[in-house]
Amino acid sequence: MATTQFTVAVAQINPRLGDLEANLVLYEERAKAARGLGADLVVFPELSLTGYFLKDMVSTVALQLDAPEVKRLAELSRKGGLIAGLVEETSDYRFYNSAVYFEDGKIVHVHRKAYLPTYGLFDEGRYLARGDRIRSFDSRFGRCAMLICEDMWHPSTLCIAALDGALVVFCPSASPLRGISDQHEQDDNARYWELINATYAQTFALFLVYANRVGFEDGIGFWGGSEIIDPTGVRLSKGRYYEEDLIVGEINLKSARRQRVISPLLRDENIDLTINELARIRGRMGVTSSESAGPLAVAPSEERPALRTRRVSRPARKR
Amino acid sequence: MAVSEKPAAEGPRLVRPAIPTNPPLLRCILTKFIGNEVRKAGTDRVVVGLSGGVDSSVSAMLAAEALGAANVLAIKMPYRTSSEESLLHADQVIACTGMASLQVDITPQIDVYFERFPDADALRRGNKMARERMTILYDHSARWKGLVLGTSNKTELLLGYGTLYGDMASAVNPLGDLYKTQVWALAQEIGVPEDIIRKQPSADLWAGQTDEAELGFGYHEVDQLLYMMVDLRYSRGELYAAGFAESFVRRVSDMVQHSQFKRRLPVIAKVSNRTIDRDFRYARDWGR
Repeated sequence: MATTQFTVAVAQINPRLGDLEANLVLYEERAKAARGLGADLVVFPELSLTGYFLKDMVSTVALQLDAPEVKRLAELSRKGGLIAGLVEETSDYRFYNSAVYFEDGKIVHVHRKAYLPTYGLFDEGRYLARGDRIRSFDSRFGRCAMLICEDMWHPSTLCIAALDGALVVFCPSASPLRGISDQHEQDDNARYWELINATYAQTFALFLVYANRVGFEDGIGFWGGSEIIDPTGVRLSKGRYYEEDLIVGEINLKSARRQRVISPLLRDENIDLTINELARIRGRMGVTSSESAGPLAVAPSEERPALRTRRVSRPARKR
Repeated sequence: MAVSEKPAAEGPRLVRPAIPTNPPLLRCILTKFIGNEVRKAGTDRVVVGLSGGVDSSVSAMLAAEALGAANVLAIKMPYRTSSEESLLHADQVIACTGMASLQVDITPQIDVYFERFPDADALRRGNKMARERMTILYDHSARWKGLVLGTSNKTELLLGYGTLYGDMASAVNPLGDLYKTQVWALAQEIGVPEDIIRKQPSADLWAGQTDEAELGFGYHEVDQLLYMMVDLRYSRGELYAAGFAESFVRRVSDMVQHSQFKRRLPVIAKVSNRTIDRDFRYARDWGR
């Protein structure tokens, strides 16, 4: 039976690049501290078990989900939930930027980052495989979803998660600080994130738990500022900027109910309209339905992502 | 500005966006950057060449704030033609922060060297001095058990206005993504003495040398151009519409393009399957 009221913590940490053991110790320390603050669930940032700018280290730090290190993480979830950010290696040797949700010592759900930024300072597409699904999942804290950093910059991901029943969206992130403006106390990226976090939470009437990291890797800093936003867009808790922190927030799912009564946008969402129009647009972009992954009917129903053995064929592109 | 012979293209004038400075935010980010990157290298100490100019003063003072003044060793390295004023300014920075300091006169080794090559022009002599200073900084970084702190700013780095393996060499550089205009604003914020901020920028390569006279344009003007060209990616046409002379845009673009080699590792001939920095790619902070 899922609880409707619980305390969530965000561990805003500064991991060591490529040092799994050091970061596991950091996880254990922060998870313990979070429990000490009464947290039922603790969320760690994107790739915080490994560091972010891994480049050729990706295959070195990757973990299959039955690895001893993953078992150590699972142990940390004996008394509550835990979300870890790591490089997941599949049995066919693909590497994903994954968020893993643990509960009662077990893996409950894995989200593989679907949108891999490969522009500007980012290079994820060079090293990592792309996740191909967004699924909400049931936990002891109700129905939830996970999205990783850049996933959130594509509003369709939030929409899918919400329509799939999520009342809480967790977003582990490794967002670099960049851009300064006059008269603003934080960098431009921090301000943009805060804008979309509040907007999405209110638009989709759900809790949004944003877990960002801090520290520097090769001079690139991460701005921290993790936050927990309620379904009215109100910030319940906020992490410090540019410094490590541990924040907690009280989540009461009844406030999502209230917001959905006041503003029933999700109820009124016309899925068929969206599907039809997207199918039309996809056709205009030159991809026929036989070349695409196909409609929802072919999507596997299991919660854990199954490996696709056949790549979806796409029109040949010049390399 | 010495290169404004041609008016901008006809048509609507384009407003030049101001370069943001936000000194309190820069101060916060850069002190955290220094603390984080220096400590990851297993030390909390840095060595910095203090010329008495605004860039090295800002770098040194940021480091003193990030690591504690006792962990910063400022080294003054004058040549016999260096200005007395520069040394006084360096001493002001040392006095107001309480950082450790050292003076190494580079005149003997420079003069002995050029006795063998008396035909060397001012450029060769200036470059040799910059590299001589670099070797001293690296030698003392070993003695002091600290990293060499860089002082090059984004304007200089983009224009290639620096000596490769000389003043451009360092382990950690807090100012490399700041235009000179931003360095000046940050200098005010962190309390660099006014005389240092107000004086004409100079590499002090020879008596009376100033950067702006040598370059042929001012830092404010070129920073505005570089900001729009590099950071905001304005097209040539848009730059002309913003009132920049074609010759100025062309000259600055050429400087950026022709100095690209200074911002990269030396060219390595690819022979193996994994070549350093091409398909053998790791962050510098590997394991830190």
